Amino acid sequence: MKRWIAFSNIFTKDMRAYYLKPPNVSWGIIFPLAWTGMFFIRSGMGLESVLELLPGVVTISILFGTTSLLSVTLTFERRNRSFERLLLAPISLELLMLAKTSGAILFGIVNAFVPIAIAAFLADMSGISWSLVVPAIVLIGIVSTFLGLFISVSASEVFEAQTFSNFFRFPMIFLCGLFFPILSLPIFVRWLSYILPVTYGVDILHGAVNGEHIMSFTLDFLILGAFCIVLFAVSLRNIKRRWIV
Amino acid sequence: MAASTSLATEVSGLTKHYGEVLAVDDISFQVSQGELFGFLGPNGAGKTTTINMLTGLARPDAGTIRISGIDCTRNPKAAQHLVGTVPDESNLYPELTGFENLCFCAALYGMRKNERQTRARELLDTFGLTDAADRKFAGYSKGMKRKLTFAAGIIHKPPILFLDEPTTGIDVASARQVRQIIAELHRHGTTIFLTTHYIEEAERLCERIAFIVNGRIVRTDRTADLLKPVKGKNVLLLSISDAGANLSKEMASAFPEYQFQSTASGQVRVESSEPVNVGTLIRFLEERGIQVTEARRHLPSLEDIFVQVTGIEAGLMMKEKEKAGGGGNQ
Repeated sequence: MKRWIAFSNIFTKDMRAYYLKPPNVSWGIIFPLAWTGMFFIRSGMGLESVLELLPGVVTISILFGTTSLLSVTLTFERRNRSFERLLLAPISLELLMLAKTSGAILFGIVNAFVPIAIAAFLADMSGISWSLVVPAIVLIGIVSTFLGLFISVSASEVFEAQTFSNFFRFPMIFLCGLFFPILSLPIFVRWLSYILPVTYGVDILHGAVNGEHIMSFTLDFLILGAFCIVLFAVSLRNIKRRWIV
Repeated sequence: MAASTSLATEVSGLTKHYGEVLAVDDISFQVSQGELFGFLGPNGAGKTTTINMLTGLARPDAGTIRISGIDCTRNPKAAQHLVGTVPDESNLYPELTGFENLCFCAALYGMRKNERQTRARELLDTFGLTDAADRKFAGYSKGMKRKLTFAAGIIHKPPILFLDEPTTGIDVASARQVRQIIAELHRHGTTIFLTTHYIEEAERLCERIAFIVNGRIVRTDRTADLLKPVKGKNVLLLSISDAGANLSKEMASAFPEYQFQSTASGQVRVESSEPVNVGTLIRFLEERGIQVTEARRHLPSLEDIFVQVTGIEAGLMMKEKEKAGGGGNQ
């Protein structure tokens, strides 16, 4: 019970202090809106392209939403030393970091539904397999957040965290099958796609929305889950090594 | 594993390097339950590093730490529920109000909503912050921030409290209030580990004191025992126009019943177990063309012992801290 009180209060505090702040709420809506508009309009195709582009736009919204905000909040708390308060609390580091990342995960999931809501007005979404889309969005949210955590632990300044994030985020747009099929990539860069977690989430979304996927859903989910575990474990190890010196 | 012990903190052979720098060098000490133990030393002596290791914010390179009998060397989380910490910086959340900050810190220790709100109000009242309860922490003055940070450290009524320079940089009234609260907590049985560079503060509050210099503990003793050598001593400080190199020697041969010492600030310190005859001394100096601008009786204190043991001028130590942004409140 005590652990739950600590967890829920860290989560609630972060939601109030960061994620539900008007600039971030508007950012969380405007950013996916901009992605959606940009890709739907620039694709040059008609409304029939909406569903084709939807998996990529959903993923990009989650990826940028989670990594940007988490790196800002964590680096900010590290700099003003308020993060030490959390390290001094009698809760495990695992629980503490789950509480700190849960706000970003939720923020990413909410971001994902902005392009979906827009698409609902533009295309027929009756053929979408929601039982695959929802868990895929949750897992992409988790894996992106843990990627943001991994990045934040390596940075000491907000700008450093943002720059480091871009090092991962922008290549992912091109390499993970968001808008260009992996199979159309040159063979010598294709291996990169398979070592990036987002590839597997996008594959599920393409399968669930358009019926086109290159791996089995089970394999995609398993690999995404494995990435979540590995990224979280490595981040925790890095926190112990870099922040508790 | 917890063991029944009368020791609140037991540290043995604690060592910490930061790269090439040896921050804490093989220190050992014990703090009994209910004791108020002072850790006194200049900037960079290793006080904060020691507290960080004791509270789990830093990992020791060598040595062992036991808190209330629980071995925390490898698992600092094991005793964190027993410990409260007031860090050297006021590190609460700037975007939360005073009341919200305290409630949040209480929640980290698993306190229920009613319990944490009652405790937060009680502490805001104790620290005289009730009127500022709904203001954001970012808008607090330095003294208010320090007091709220102190309140956050004791929100869960910890039996052991680590205080890292709790009065540094705050105004006289706030520092006085904080000292009163420390004394009150001690009276109620809280074990307190206090680091400070204010010698007077350590002398006034602590039962036992360790002097730490360059990462090493150079002396640990009961405050009363530390003060014994200066108890009953009469000290006179003479400010003079020009102290020649041999003045102390000359005075010592003229007045063998007194001990003379030239200080770094250009004063002559006269020490005796009997009252010092000021008139005779002034006449002696004036006959030699030396003008006495001030003659001041000095009450010997822990400062004298500190200077004697560590070789560090206490005044310089405080100035150094003030330069580093600590301010002053003595």
